[in-house]
Amino acid sequence: MDIARGHVLVCGGTGCTSSGSENIIKEMEEQLRKNGLEKEIKVVKTGCFGLCALGPIMIVYPEGAFYSRVQVEDVKEIVEEHLLKGRIVKRLLYDETIHEGSDEIKSLNEVDFYKKQMRVALRNCGVINPEVIDEYIAFDGYKALGKVLTEMTPEEVIQTIKDSGLRGRGGGGFPTGMKWDFTAKAQGEQKYVACNADEGDPGAFMDRSILEGDPHSIIEAMAIAGYAVGADQGYIYIRAEYPIAVKRLQIAIDQAKEYGLLGENIFETGFNFNLELRLGAGAFVCGEETALLTSIEGKRGEPRPRPPFPAVKGLWGKPTLLNNVETYANVCQIILNGADWFASIGTEKSKGTKVFALGGKINNTGLVEIPMGTTLREIVEDIGGGIPNGKKFKAAQTGGPSGGCIPASLMDTPIDYDSLISIGSMMGSGGLIVMDEDNCMVDIAKFFLEFTVDESCGKCTPCRIGTKRLYEILDKITKGKGTMEDLDRLEELCESIKAGSLCGLGQTAPNPVLSTLRYFRDEYVAHVRDKVCPAGVCKALSKYEIDPEKCRGCSLCSKECPVGAISGEIKKPFVIDQDKCIKCGACMAKCPFKAIKK
Amino acid sequence: MKSLAELEAIRNKAREKVMVRKDNDGIRVVVGMATCGIAAGARPVMNAFVEEAAKRGLENVSVTQTGCIGMCRLEPIVEVFTPDQEKVTYIKMTPEKAKRVVAEHIVNGNPVSEYTIGSEQ
Amino acid sequence: MKHSAVPFMGTKEQEAQLKAVIDAHRGEKGATIPVLHKAQEIYGYLPIEVQEMISEGLDVPLAEIYGIVTFYAQFSLNPRGQYQIGVCLGTACYVKGSGDILEKVKEILGIDVGECTPDGKFSVDATRCIGACGLAPVMTINDDVYGRLVVDDVADILKKYQ
Repeated sequence: MDIARGHVLVCGGTGCTSSGSENIIKEMEEQLRKNGLEKEIKVVKTGCFGLCALGPIMIVYPEGAFYSRVQVEDVKEIVEEHLLKGRIVKRLLYDETIHEGSDEIKSLNEVDFYKKQMRVALRNCGVINPEVIDEYIAFDGYKALGKVLTEMTPEEVIQTIKDSGLRGRGGGGFPTGMKWDFTAKAQGEQKYVACNADEGDPGAFMDRSILEGDPHSIIEAMAIAGYAVGADQGYIYIRAEYPIAVKRLQIAIDQAKEYGLLGENIFETGFNFNLELRLGAGAFVCGEETALLTSIEGKRGEPRPRPPFPAVKGLWGKPTLLNNVETYANVCQIILNGADWFASIGTEKSKGTKVFALGGKINNTGLVEIPMGTTLREIVEDIGGGIPNGKKFKAAQTGGPSGGCIPASLMDTPIDYDSLISIGSMMGSGGLIVMDEDNCMVDIAKFFLEFTVDESCGKCTPCRIGTKRLYEILDKITKGKGTMEDLDRLEELCESIKAGSLCGLGQTAPNPVLSTLRYFRDEYVAHVRDKVCPAGVCKALSKYEIDPEKCRGCSLCSKECPVGAISGEIKKPFVIDQDKCIKCGACMAKCPFKAIKK
Repeated sequence: MKSLAELEAIRNKAREKVMVRKDNDGIRVVVGMATCGIAAGARPVMNAFVEEAAKRGLENVSVTQTGCIGMCRLEPIVEVFTPDQEKVTYIKMTPEKAKRVVAEHIVNGNPVSEYTIGSEQ
Repeated sequence: MKHSAVPFMGTKEQEAQLKAVIDAHRGEKGATIPVLHKAQEIYGYLPIEVQEMISEGLDVPLAEIYGIVTFYAQFSLNPRGQYQIGVCLGTACYVKGSGDILEKVKEILGIDVGECTPDGKFSVDATRCIGACGLAPVMTINDDVYGRLVVDDVADILKKYQ
């Protein structure tokens, strides 16, 4: 009998692996052996649970005890107390899962972090062992493919996806069903299906989590797409920087082939479908669809003008369907539960759920999946648990280097594709970075522009030169050398770059600048006119002064100063020569009397 | 993969193994698995519940363990929680008794009164 | 991008491995990047000699191969040293003189940032902040961290690895 009475799920996502979950699994197996429990308790390595800030994470079923920040030393206690004696180790439980004054533990779904979430794309992440195809099948895996191949025509499949209202989750938000339809109707014998797993936005990692936690869901969805558009070959373009995801995908592909769920004559319906992995090599622009396809062809990943769209002329000139990981992750659920079910979730024009990677100045950093239309306030305050250290919320950045900053006054905006665009940001791939009063918005804009300058492929001039000039103006402003004309010039340049760039990278690169100019213009003005950085981030604009009341004249600061800007007599207050000072802050760190202020 | 039936067979087999992980609001069987319970033989009792439930394909039953209930002399103690009903506490359980509890109480809804804590007093 | 100062020291075994990889991918569509990934695994980097072999083997112009290698951040034209030196040029380290430290390292080893010494021992990188600002200026050699450096320390530290 190999049914275990208990399952121990340990997160094997990248976040938890880097906080040491591999060693915890080893120790757990060792301790189970020692206590003779290895047959009763099954240890399962799963994908990301989404609460990376609390990693490594372990869940023990059937109780559903949610242990966070588990250390190798804790494993012995969990085995001896919980698994052997049935006493849950309360000190390791995630705080919120403990009911006040009771021994009961809340189920995972009742925890605030999960309560407002709805898991569609992430449904199996943290539930199944991603390296075992049987576990995926146990949770209705490959049932959708079976249904499609035996009961539906390709037209019906496309109609279902159209009716569901699913839109591309990679950023643009193009209706997925229409893309499928275009590819299906395109002329050509040979067609391809491709998956964009080149997740490059700094701060976004939902695609990686899906690939690590539920790789079969992508494989199954691609096979369905292949059937719908008439393709027998698929490619998954994945970043080489995601080694765990690459490994699990390869295992999943091999297992699906072994089971005959990929390959020839699937379900004896005459449908053939094969899948190959293609590794990226570190170029952000390859997230753009034409650049990605060029890279799969084995060339420099430079974008090309559209039209023709990939649906007409894609890989090797053949009609190609390209969707992103999260988009595919929704497909099987739509087939199984119906278009109406999916269309009932979300807002009028944005259906379903969206996964966000919550980061920055927020208590619960991690991965969240919410119905479209959830407000930013609900995400930040209810799910994210608010801002740490009692600081005030200043802005949320969505869409990475292509998106913009949303100010506190717009926190009640329901989040969907169109509302985000109307307030100058965009959904993007789903990074959501929270900023508090200590963040300088000019500096944030500069940070993103530095990124785009680095990653611009250089093919078209507006993007190659334009982003560089934008960066230079921002740099000038943060150094206190900007003029009011620079602000107008920024806006003008932004508009030309948006209008003139060849691909999405350039067209959206000015968004961080435009949105901060729109909502935080006063901060730009403070930098330019008053030569002050209100958040105290821009070094060149900060001023260090010695409080003569507090200074004891010990001379430590003057010895520490790398440029000899501090002088004075021993036992009398010292002074900083502002012309020489390079604002390194070394004196402030050294002062034993806290007499130096910024 | 030849057919849907074949997929379904794999699914059913695999499902048995992972059901323990599904949150459900069905019947909960809680076995006292503190040191005293284990010493009194709670583990084979628990295994009997798990196996019996699996054998009968009872997906709405979850077998859970708990700590010391506080009446060590009556161990192994098993509590069965069914929706809309008072919990039933069974005492001095054995794997054989467990099979009967599954058959009569869990499947047919008739608690086995002679094993319950009331019968002792 | 500068060419490596290190003479190419590929072995027969490496060449045989690369040939096998090329043979396995010959005629396959879009094989260039997968082959380059494998080649970098075999040699540790992609010197022009390796690019030439791939160009011949796959019948792709050398210019195209070179274009691809220089386009993607993951491909390196220079070997990495046995000891990888990283001098932190984060703000905290920079104001405390890490620029001078970097100059000294370059002077002693006779190589520039991104290069490797001819014996394959050391390579130098200027890194972003490594978060050891309290110890600024900081230099790392593989996993060892050296903090609160002055220029005169550099020679002694490098000696330990020679």
